[in-house]
Amino acid sequence: MIDFSVIFAGFGGQGILSAGKMAAEAALYEGKEVSWFPSYGPEMRGGTANCSVVFSDEPIGSPVVNDADVVICLNQPSMEKFEKQLKPGALMILDSSLIKTRPTRTDIKVIAMEASDIASELGKMMFAPITMLGCMATATGCFTRDSFEKSLYEILPERKHNLIPINMEAFDRGAAFAK
Amino acid sequence: MAQKRVLMKGNEVIAEAAIRAGCRNYFGYPITPQTEVMHYMAKKMVQVGGNFVQAESEVAAINMVYGAAAAGFRVMTSSSSPGISLKQEGISYIAGAELPAVVVNIVRAGPGLGGIQPAQGDYFQATKGGGHGDYRNIVIAPASVQELYELVVEAFNLADKYRMTCMIVGDGTLGQMMEPVAFRDEEPIVNVEKPWAACGRKGDSFHHTVTSIYIDPDVLEKKNLELQDKYKIVEANEVRYEAINMEDAEIVITAFATCSRICRNVIRQAAELGIKVGMIRPITLWPFPYKAISEAADMSSVKAFLDVELNAGQMIEDVRLGANGKKPVYFHGRLGGNLPMQKEILDKIVAIHEGKITEGGNF
Repeated sequence: MIDFSVIFAGFGGQGILSAGKMAAEAALYEGKEVSWFPSYGPEMRGGTANCSVVFSDEPIGSPVVNDADVVICLNQPSMEKFEKQLKPGALMILDSSLIKTRPTRTDIKVIAMEASDIASELGKMMFAPITMLGCMATATGCFTRDSFEKSLYEILPERKHNLIPINMEAFDRGAAFAK
Repeated sequence: MAQKRVLMKGNEVIAEAAIRAGCRNYFGYPITPQTEVMHYMAKKMVQVGGNFVQAESEVAAINMVYGAAAAGFRVMTSSSSPGISLKQEGISYIAGAELPAVVVNIVRAGPGLGGIQPAQGDYFQATKGGGHGDYRNIVIAPASVQELYELVVEAFNLADKYRMTCMIVGDGTLGQMMEPVAFRDEEPIVNVEKPWAACGRKGDSFHHTVTSIYIDPDVLEKKNLELQDKYKIVEANEVRYEAINMEDAEIVITAFATCSRICRNVIRQAAELGIKVGMIRPITLWPFPYKAISEAADMSSVKAFLDVELNAGQMIEDVRLGANGKKPVYFHGRLGGNLPMQKEILDKIVAIHEGKITEGGNF
């Protein structure tokens, strides 16, 4: 794949930037080229946050994404803003626990999943974007489940390895929506 | 041997590269979007036994740099545009005293306090002076996180070699983004003797003085001529640029750092439309690759240049000097911290190719 681009967007504090980084780490584990670029500045918990991640088999041109292959949305304003930045035929994954309307565009694919509800079942809201990573990885093949799991073992300190199984459960719950 | 690639933020890589290059003195003052350089230094400098000072101001920080450099140590400061403006007096003094120093500018949009989003509006400041007097800085513009690492290490070598400020010019995008970086097991550090350093020479009767004041005009003129001779040597030996897709190019993009990244994608998209676009990406902004531009202007396939910058057109003046009227130079820029969309640039290329716009160009 060449310059496969994903935008993660939601409220600050939902784990948007971390989810983007985890996706980048999984693709890096596969030997792909990756870039991760956050919105930055006067951001805060509760404000909007987003990051762009690009995966590629070749050196990456622009880390700045104007027309994404996938947009992952965890709140209403993000859906409205980033709907416009999808390529025709591209995929939007939205958290239907928090987003009550749907994109107006008809030339994109939409997967609506109750990410935040699943996350609260699993005990922590931070799992919401992880479920959506599972959905994205399964729907697009941008990285494998195995790479995701192995990269977690690499990047997390050992004292946090006990959290990996529940992250993988979140990943798998999301993956089910891709089928 | 390169180590395994790790995902790191540009700003953190700048700090890590400096430490690897033997920098044990860092003085700074926080400002978005470069503050992570300080954060990293605050944590790591202690671990390697170096000095980290969060100074009371940018002016204090650059003068601490002057002091550490005068004593012969590898030293760095970093800031973003408004902070770099404050440092200009010190940078001029460092040039006058011929001290080696590394200064990093992670540029944000100006003028004034401006904004915090990426820009390239400090090109003139970095390459044409900034502070007072006839002096130059070596100015390096990396375009990726890996290149930030390699060029920051190189900046320390060049600063020592020429006893000059070597300035790294990035922007908010480069500082904030994460990319994989593969560190080397050992850095290519060139250790230079510093017999001029005022570092306390036990028993040495020679008086080491570091100064930039020369009251006698004849003495000062001689000093200035020596500086100019040195700058000529730098211009002859240290020009760096990357030529991309230049064979048979019809339109040549000139762009540096983040802009060059966006343009790489545009080159690919133009090829799909059957337009051959190449790019000359200056890596050193000073000394500027005039010769490469001139040679491109001489190519029969080349119809025009398109200069793309995150400013109102600054590097374009150097591109025009290189092209010397042989081929038209068009411009595309964005201001205020906005980045150009790939499509904007592609549309301009198509318009140039079809002869639909006039030279110079708008935003």
